[in-house]
Amino acid sequence: MDFFQEIRTKPWLESQVEIDNERSGGSYTLPSVKVGLRVFVAVVGVVFSLSVVAYSDRMTLADWRPVPEPLLMWLNIIVLVGASVAMQWAVRSAQRDRTSNVEVGMLIGGACTLAFLAGQLLVVRQLDELGYFAPTNPALAFLYMLTGLHAVHILGGMVAWGRTLLRIWGGADAQQVRMSVELCAFYWHFLLAIWLFLFVWFVIT
Amino acid sequence: MVDITQEKVENVGPAEVPEMELYHAHSWWTKYVFCQDAKVIAIQYGGTAVAIGMVGLILSWVMRLQLGFPETFSFISPEAYLQFVTMHGMIMVIYLLTALFLGGFGNYLIPLMVGARDMVFPYVNMLSYWIYLLAVLILVASFFVPGGPSGAGWTLYPPQAILSGTPGSGAGIVLMLISLAFFIVGFTMGGLNYVVTILQARTRGMTLMRMPLTIWGIFTATVLALLAFPALFVSAIMMTLDSVLGTSFFMPAIVEFGEQLAYGGGSPVLFQHLFWFFGHPEVYIVALPAFGVVSDLLSVHARRHIFGYRMMVWAIVGIGALSFVVWAHHMYVSGMNPYFGFFFATTTLIIAVPTALKVYNWTLTLWRGDIHLTLPMLFSIAFIITFVNGGITGLFLGNVVVDVPLSDTMFVVAHFHMVMGVAPILVVFGAIYHWFPLMSGRMLNNAMGQFHFWVTFLGAYLIYFPMHYLGFVGVPRRYWEIGETSFITTPIESLNAFITVAALIVGFAQLVFIYNIIVSVFKGEPAERNPWKATSLEWQTETVPPGHGNFGEEAPVVYRWAYSFSVPGAVDDYIPQNVHPDDVKKIAAAEGD
Repeated sequence: MDFFQEIRTKPWLESQVEIDNERSGGSYTLPSVKVGLRVFVAVVGVVFSLSVVAYSDRMTLADWRPVPEPLLMWLNIIVLVGASVAMQWAVRSAQRDRTSNVEVGMLIGGACTLAFLAGQLLVVRQLDELGYFAPTNPALAFLYMLTGLHAVHILGGMVAWGRTLLRIWGGADAQQVRMSVELCAFYWHFLLAIWLFLFVWFVIT
Repeated sequence: MVDITQEKVENVGPAEVPEMELYHAHSWWTKYVFCQDAKVIAIQYGGTAVAIGMVGLILSWVMRLQLGFPETFSFISPEAYLQFVTMHGMIMVIYLLTALFLGGFGNYLIPLMVGARDMVFPYVNMLSYWIYLLAVLILVASFFVPGGPSGAGWTLYPPQAILSGTPGSGAGIVLMLISLAFFIVGFTMGGLNYVVTILQARTRGMTLMRMPLTIWGIFTATVLALLAFPALFVSAIMMTLDSVLGTSFFMPAIVEFGEQLAYGGGSPVLFQHLFWFFGHPEVYIVALPAFGVVSDLLSVHARRHIFGYRMMVWAIVGIGALSFVVWAHHMYVSGMNPYFGFFFATTTLIIAVPTALKVYNWTLTLWRGDIHLTLPMLFSIAFIITFVNGGITGLFLGNVVVDVPLSDTMFVVAHFHMVMGVAPILVVFGAIYHWFPLMSGRMLNNAMGQFHFWVTFLGAYLIYFPMHYLGFVGVPRRYWEIGETSFITTPIESLNAFITVAALIVGFAQLVFIYNIIVSVFKGEPAERNPWKATSLEWQTETVPPGHGNFGEEAPVVYRWAYSFSVPGAVDDYIPQNVHPDDVKKIAAAEGD
């Protein structure tokens, strides 16, 4: 029964009482931790959505000067896609009970993510060297802010990634870390989607 | 509307909700300080919120002293006055009311009322409190940095918030923004717990439509907060960058003291849109839990089921949704597109419909009820009256043509204090008098409570009714001193002095309330297990106060909604949610005994 169906019921009626007495469990069949991550992802999505709304409002003003996207940004996207693919491979491996592959998938995913973060730092340095100093250019200020916000969220994910890896190194098998790996992969896919959206936004504006 | 199920209900199995792995404290530190039990976290939240709220209260006294008796207190400079105004507003709205309703009551009541043993993510819940405390400490630290705290007004509008002519434009505003960012991070951690616990950890039989309205109010307010706080978060980051790095997100080209600043092209109105996209839902983040709590208090203390439960749920959800499309009614004089005014005035009037529906339903709940004039009931009735008063002046301000002349006057101050200051605080008081026996196992002193109620309720009207009049005659808000003008006459000055005296007396009554709590915790009359004869699950625990894990060996099983009062055919005038239908004493059966 979905949310809107459920709030149309009449809990005081005898017929409904019998149905409700049999009702047990949460509103969603997913484990609570997955529901929690989805709620968190929705909140993060609102943060980035509002940032983009602010960006689109600010760019209508006279002093807006678009900035070029360095080639390195394209490369960074490929690296982040690689991280997401590796995480998904770790998930598949966990589902097939292959602990060593889970470890490899997580390690590759983490390495790609660190490479992405390093690449983002290089992008910022390149733009600085081109003379696009942030305070004088709102487009660049937004690019820096959104890049930074995205990186902070990735670093938060790296904490969960590190804990999962430590558990594997501590002897946990694929089944024991499966949930953590699935959560990491879901979060990585979400952050990839956010970055793809932001990048397309930067390119078209 | 008969609640008793006539047919025999087969014994249902034990709750199928998986048992939680409870964290058990092993030391004093993990039991009382770094504790993961939601009830302890609730009390930590509540204690911190009340402590910082007292700072806000004292600031209001100082402000009132200046307004009532200008040129009397040398330590209240114009700069200090603006700083007091700013800190008072921010503290009361965010750090007191939001934290108390969601962090305090949310943490205590959600697991107990839905039949869960704790929040679903207890560690994250604990972190939520400590980050909130850090946010409070950062805010307090701004009192002690060079230049003092921000004096930009609680709305923190740029450009003036970060221009050097504004008090606290250096470290003060930066600390304020950082504190807000931490508050939001901490709240998000708590909010995830509240939402997921309500959705996923309800016990057997506790359907969404059997939840007490308190839970509906907290749930919807939390969803609102999770979606609205990001707007404040984003604007806080952008303004911090404007202030620290010199970006121009919000800062326009501007001349300060004859000097052209490096800023250029930013949009102050953009900040206002972001701020109020958070700011208006914030009104309901505070109001919806109050709506929910007051519904339950009225029902319990009038011994009558809540009138129109389903409509009440829909109204809460509807108000929550509508609260996201009314924000620009705070911005009629901001210079935004005038056509927006028409749209936002319309949505503002629409949101009055579900709100009025709730007021009717509260009144109809009382109609022909067995009204017990206990302190929770008195505060609940006072809330209805105050909320209606404050809401009606909101209709004035929601209309552009009326709002424009009243903007930035004391009328606005009086309006929002009535509707989102006094009204929710009355519910907070009613809730504390109601649930204090559950939390402490003792009753609050009734005589002190009666004093507290009457002085607070009547005093609030002595403060804010005259303040509406001050606004009508044009007395502006945020002015340190009015001075001599043609429209400020001697009676108006006297009225300001009168309001100040009333405010000080009401403030004193709050000290009596705090004293009552402290004394009653140790020496209060021991409470019965369910002193108000309530039906909801928090009163059905094995021990009072509830122990770790809330319930005994078995999680409770729910058979009905939380409003089975004065049920025809039943011996008792209340049937708890977890009493099996076969165990309900019916009149015929009782006569046969």
